[in-house]
Amino acid sequence: MGLSILTLIYIIAAVTFIMGLKMMSNPASARNGNIVAGCGMVAAIFGTIFLYRNPDGNLLNNHLWIFIGLAVGAVIGIMAAKKIKMTAMPEMVSLFNGLGGASATLISVIEFNHLADQGFPDPLSSGSTMAIIFAGIILGNITFSGSVVAWGKLSGKVKDFAFKGQHIINLILLAACLGLAIFIGSDLHSSSTTILFYTLFALSLLYGIFFVLPIGGADMPVVISLLNSLSGLSAACGGFLYNNKVVFTGGILVGAAGTILTVLMCKAMNRSLLNVLIGSFGGGASSSADSEDGQYKEISLNDAAVIMSYANKVLIVPGYGLAVAQAQHACHELEKLLEAKGVQVKYAIHPVAGRMPGHMNVLLAEADVGYEKLLEMEQANDEFSTTDVVLILGANDVVNPAAKLDAGSPIYGMPILDVELAKNVIVNKRTMKPGYAGIQNSLFFRPKTSMLFGDAKKTLQSLAEEIKAL
Amino acid sequence: MESVFHWISANEQMIYILILVIFLGFIVISRVPTVLHTPLMSHANAISGVVIIGAIIVIGRAEADNYAALILGFLAVVLGTINVVGGFVVTDRMLEMFKKKKTKK
Repeated sequence: MGLSILTLIYIIAAVTFIMGLKMMSNPASARNGNIVAGCGMVAAIFGTIFLYRNPDGNLLNNHLWIFIGLAVGAVIGIMAAKKIKMTAMPEMVSLFNGLGGASATLISVIEFNHLADQGFPDPLSSGSTMAIIFAGIILGNITFSGSVVAWGKLSGKVKDFAFKGQHIINLILLAACLGLAIFIGSDLHSSSTTILFYTLFALSLLYGIFFVLPIGGADMPVVISLLNSLSGLSAACGGFLYNNKVVFTGGILVGAAGTILTVLMCKAMNRSLLNVLIGSFGGGASSSADSEDGQYKEISLNDAAVIMSYANKVLIVPGYGLAVAQAQHACHELEKLLEAKGVQVKYAIHPVAGRMPGHMNVLLAEADVGYEKLLEMEQANDEFSTTDVVLILGANDVVNPAAKLDAGSPIYGMPILDVELAKNVIVNKRTMKPGYAGIQNSLFFRPKTSMLFGDAKKTLQSLAEEIKAL
Repeated sequence: MESVFHWISANEQMIYILILVIFLGFIVISRVPTVLHTPLMSHANAISGVVIIGAIIVIGRAEADNYAALILGFLAVVLGTINVVGGFVVTDRMLEMFKKKKTKK
């Protein structure tokens, strides 16, 4: 009886996961979708604790351990999620993702040890079971170490790092992991099985690190999405091991959805997944643009205030600088001031502005900026030619003309916002230092462009003061 | 060769689930607007924390004196819970901002 109730709970949970994802596709139902899937998850967790029966018919033991673990994890999870600033959200998602991967790895390790203790009995340690255990370890470890590196990079703790021949080393590492897994599986009863198993463990961790380390700048969202899909697959391995269909369904669902999301992002940046995978981006930052160090002109706050107030249309291009400075509210204030003066103000959102797709939308939504004011890249590009002033707030790579003009540039081929079609371009940056991808931006040296240095929030506030005073 | 066929027939259900869910995942996601990509990634990430159920089963099966398994399993439960709870809460925080806009209009 209990077991059939559990089956029912699992089916309902699987449906809530699918419904949740489906409801996430509409802003109006998205929040409920998240809650629905969350409820499904809670039901599945508690159902498992109280109703699950082992193949031998016994209920689960060690409830104390389980509940303490759940409580500790829930407290840490809620605290981390509530305390984190909206700007640091992408890092947080990456870190959470890594922990899920680690959890999947641990399951495989325990299962391996469990089989090893029994001397790998025959029907239980079949080739396919071992293959899934190894897949769980490799995928889970890559997710874990890769996500931690991605987290470190996004929060500025880890620098881009690449050395010559890294692609080859990466491929060798990956091949070594697969080869080792096959080798261990071919003779489980060998005395070196345990040592080799932990070698596999270490190698896959190492691969995750090397996999993400050289990838810089604009590719980071793609990598996080890819790691997310890997963590789904590693979870699915756990589900397969225990013939647990809800874990399997959830894992595969995330694996498939994450893959599609990754592909969509790659398309937005006009780069192939393979290119991202072998870590060719950002590594060799060969820059023909370096020689382009030229003259740039600065604009005073007062002048900026004047040309914006007397413009017909102003487009704001937000970027990571806006997020770092927490300037979304100041930005909204400026928008309202300008609108009061009869200036049409809109936002041009590049799909990969900030550190994650949709990052800017979330930030601006937090500041109460209306939906209809946010233009996607294609719409914005149609409007630049009728725009008087483009105000770029801490965005860099997404407006870099090198993506169109310089075939040697690492971001060559990425669609950009054509801000140069507008009459004036004002760039707010803290310094002249190149952006996240480490590429010099020739836009800053164009005659139409003027620079307005300073922290985005402070600059916007002073700009608002100036406009009020006009 | 025969073992492959045997494996397929032994895991028939799982293989069906695999194929159908892959298509389902593709279809469900391809209709999500860019605005929701970040919350979506975070939401999917929370769902991948479903591996927590595997962790609970592992630790629940361990003998009460097998401390290696208990400690590793405990760790797996903690990490998995952080993934699930943190993931859903962060997603909710992001979506809360969209919601606020909706009610105001």
